[in-house]
Amino acid sequence: MKNKYSVFSLIKNALSQHENWQQAWGNPEPKKEYDAIIVGGGGHGLATAYYLSKKHNLKNIAVLEKGWIGGGNTGRNTTIIRSNYLWDASAGLYDHALKLWENLSQELNYNVMFSQRGVMNLAHNLQDVRDLKRRTHANRLNGIDAVWLNTEEVKKFCPIINTSPDIRYPVLGGTLQRRAGTARHDAVAWGYARGASDMGVDIIQNCEVKGIKRNGDKVEGLETTKGFIKTNKIGVVAAGHSSVIANMAGLKLPLESKPLQALVSEPVKPIIDTVVMSNAVHAYVSQSDKGELVIGAGTDSYVSYTQRGSHNIVEETLKAILELYPIFSRMKMLRQWGGIVDICPDASPIISKTNIKGLYFNCGWGTGGFKATPGSGDLFAHTIANDEPHKLNAAFNLNRFVSGDLVDEHGAAAVAH
Amino acid sequence: MFLINCPFCGERDQSEFSSGGEAHIVRPKQPTELSDDEWAEYLFMRKNIKGIQFERWNHVHGCRKWFNVVRDTSNDKILSVYKMGEKPPVNYK
Repeated sequence: MKNKYSVFSLIKNALSQHENWQQAWGNPEPKKEYDAIIVGGGGHGLATAYYLSKKHNLKNIAVLEKGWIGGGNTGRNTTIIRSNYLWDASAGLYDHALKLWENLSQELNYNVMFSQRGVMNLAHNLQDVRDLKRRTHANRLNGIDAVWLNTEEVKKFCPIINTSPDIRYPVLGGTLQRRAGTARHDAVAWGYARGASDMGVDIIQNCEVKGIKRNGDKVEGLETTKGFIKTNKIGVVAAGHSSVIANMAGLKLPLESKPLQALVSEPVKPIIDTVVMSNAVHAYVSQSDKGELVIGAGTDSYVSYTQRGSHNIVEETLKAILELYPIFSRMKMLRQWGGIVDICPDASPIISKTNIKGLYFNCGWGTGGFKATPGSGDLFAHTIANDEPHKLNAAFNLNRFVSGDLVDEHGAAAVAH
Repeated sequence: MFLINCPFCGERDQSEFSSGGEAHIVRPKQPTELSDDEWAEYLFMRKNIKGIQFERWNHVHGCRKWFNVVRDTSNDKILSVYKMGEKPPVNYK
């Protein structure tokens, strides 16, 4: 690392009034040709470029981003990280990511503020209780920490929750994954960008892909707003816009893009030191290090690329939040925003080759992609470099929609991610 | 959030409706003849267009009837509404 961050670099730069910090990543113009191009400069795309460069010895790589890096869903999510998924394939995928998170700040020499404050999923009816208990057992069989908490234990773990039996959807218990938590979303994109740039990856912002040049069944390059760029390996990590890119290559994907909203409150003193998610009433909340409540709402029911969501969705979420946390009734919400999420029919991602040689897709993360960022990048890099999936993402191929071998996490994840 | 002009009830809030997704996906006439690829295409693959999309809506909290809508998904502007069975307007392609 050229400009390693440390306490010494901090002192040195403090003495010069912090005016001499180096730019964290380069701002090059695109070359004529690359060995591999990643389309999409969010966390997943930058992580892909980072691991391609680091582990697979591909040096001539570019990341194309139509806006600015981390300005899409990476900067719009509620930063929840957990791996307590039901099915073996998902458990393997998400726990791989969680293990990478645990060492990511050291790996990147960049503080991603990963905080293992625990994630608690609440049960509000008998079926929730059965499903969540089943999931804790499945998690433990897969080596993922999970415990079932009864109502009193939920109250003890997070005292501000209203556990009265008289509320519309009473809290009947919950599961807790202590290794789960949150991270600083921008830092993840910036850390990977800095690490990748340091190894020679060209990060090209304000460069939109306009077309994919094909020669028969293989790719030859990309038409972009900065001209034609030749390559024979294209990894698309474009989240909500995956179908748009796929259409350029004449492909259809099993995705629907929908707005997903989040909101933050005014900052207050520490009040909730964990992440609490509740699927049945669709509300989840944590508190940022600045003190804001970070609240996740649901998706709109229709396809839209507008990066905003409907007010009725926010209203439903806030109703649930107020019933579960009456203490928040006087809180003011400061900001609300939407991101476009690409939802797969089985609520599991696609990290896969396609029937076009040299064209790879990493998409379908839907409402819960942030948690997988390091693992997704690592496994997608493996898939691109070897033209074969890693065993951890083999199940997440595009062909599962033909074979029927779906990874159905819709109900199984027990929460809307 | 937007208003939808239900062909039976008139203009109502979008929250009264449920989205039925992409329109004009024809149900297979002979399901037993279909290959796995064709099933995947019918069940799962979607155009997911950014731009002008033909889609189905159901006025679920109103007359409960299905109908078709032409909407620009990049700005949620509704361009046309037409009943089930009617031919889609030709000026939006």
